Amino acid sequence: MTKQLQAPPKVLMQRNYTRLIWLGMAALLFWATFGTELSIPKFIAGVGESYKLLFGTAERPDSGFFPPDFTRGLTFVDQMLLTVKMAIWGTVLAAIAALPISILAAANTAPNKVVYQIARRILDVLRGLNEFVLALIFVAAVGLGPFPGILALAVHTTGVLAKLYAEAIEVVDTGQIEAVQASGANPIQVFTHAIFPQIVPTVVSMSLYRFESNVRAASVLGLVGAGGIGLFVTETMRSFNFREASAVLIVILVAVFLVDFISAQIRAKLT
Amino acid sequence: MIQLENVNHTYANGTQALRGISLEIGAEAFTVLIGPSGAGKSTLMRILNGLVRPTTGKVTIDKLEISRAKNVQVLAARRKIGMVFQQFNLVKRLTALENVLIGRLAFMPTWRSTIRMYTLEDRQLAFAALERVGMADYAWQRADTLSGGQQQRVGIARALAQQPKLILADEPISALDPKASEQVMGLLRQIQSEDGIAVIANLHHLDAVREYAERVVALQRGSVVFDGHPNALTEAVTRALYYDEQKATQPTPDLSTTPLLVNA
Repeated sequence: MTKQLQAPPKVLMQRNYTRLIWLGMAALLFWATFGTELSIPKFIAGVGESYKLLFGTAERPDSGFFPPDFTRGLTFVDQMLLTVKMAIWGTVLAAIAALPISILAAANTAPNKVVYQIARRILDVLRGLNEFVLALIFVAAVGLGPFPGILALAVHTTGVLAKLYAEAIEVVDTGQIEAVQASGANPIQVFTHAIFPQIVPTVVSMSLYRFESNVRAASVLGLVGAGGIGLFVTETMRSFNFREASAVLIVILVAVFLVDFISAQIRAKLT
Repeated sequence: MIQLENVNHTYANGTQALRGISLEIGAEAFTVLIGPSGAGKSTLMRILNGLVRPTTGKVTIDKLEISRAKNVQVLAARRKIGMVFQQFNLVKRLTALENVLIGRLAFMPTWRSTIRMYTLEDRQLAFAALERVGMADYAWQRADTLSGGQQQRVGIARALAQQPKLILADEPISALDPKASEQVMGLLRQIQSEDGIAVIANLHHLDAVREYAERVVALQRGSVVFDGHPNALTEAVTRALYYDEQKATQPTPDLSTTPLLVNA
């Protein structure tokens, strides 16, 4: 009996533990309200203003976003295609760069722990720098246009993809590696014939997934002069040409939907 | 052609896998290694192909001292040693033929293997190996779509494609049903007797040992306790081999290993 009485506290301790987590989260939310000017009245008033912004006022019905103005529609589509091209090259360059780096950043294939740590930290930095920030840097370095945009996407995506590839390498079946090693194959051949075939599904699906998000990211890079449709987002908004802005946004949305759909279809087929 | 002189191996965690092993094995007899789990059979196999380096002792294969050879020499020596695994270890997403071509990797320049541009001779050799094991019809099928017995036969073809002098078979039939086991053991014996390739197999099934082995080497706690013709492998010997070390610690034998002795 006494033993049974001693056992239960463990369960009670766990309950206190989860309660502590809830308390901690509440405290975090409370802390996050200071300085962020959260305000329900302001939000309600804003909704009314947004209605006017979207559909125009009674005096000036064409000042809103609707109906969209597609007079420059072909230009927008053309710029959207340029944006997709930027995403294609940004992703492909990243995938090519990520593969060798991922070998160094995977615990089971890195030559030693120092190289592994250095590779991992470099990837942390690449992922830590947002595409937008990188685009600002590359615009300053190589000038305006889509090229700095491609570089920005490529650098950030390399950090993301190399980490995902490395994680796929870390969980490969070692039996297959041992068999290829036993045949006398050298380390490069072990990678190409035992490790790479195993990570192909991850490489393909993650690269396509990153391509989708790169299309979304690329469509705002024009804001900092790094080419593509983003330029027209700022141009139309700053000149209060809201009906054209809504046409631009529709082009972006349709393109993103299409890319997501096609890419998801390919991913489903390949994996 | 294979000589082991006083080979000892202790793993990094302190497990003493092999103690003073001295053996000489050639192509003239189908050699089978037996012994309870943890006796050091797999370690011995991996020392023979250089996947594991012995702590002390000398291992010579075809005049090359593999226990002390440089890495490049070990890679070159492995080309002459085919290996067959318990879990087949085929590269699952490659076709049967591509898996057999892995046996040719060490014979081709790296750039060629990287872009998967195999020579016609290599492809013919690989296909012939598949024909030899009766798997030519499945050459273009992905390895993970094959049954266990089929996968193991592709594994044997991969070893054959190396045109080896020695084939190491690490529990080749442990994961197979009786019919597939028969096929696999039959193939290995045929390869040994017809091609003059030395075969060393780890086996757990004593029936198969008696049927296929021409020489039995028994390991117990890392030492050789029996080396001879399977006819000399009496019930007393096998009982001592599988149960004696447990007697020391527990009075009743482990029931999971009893089926081994039903027909003994």
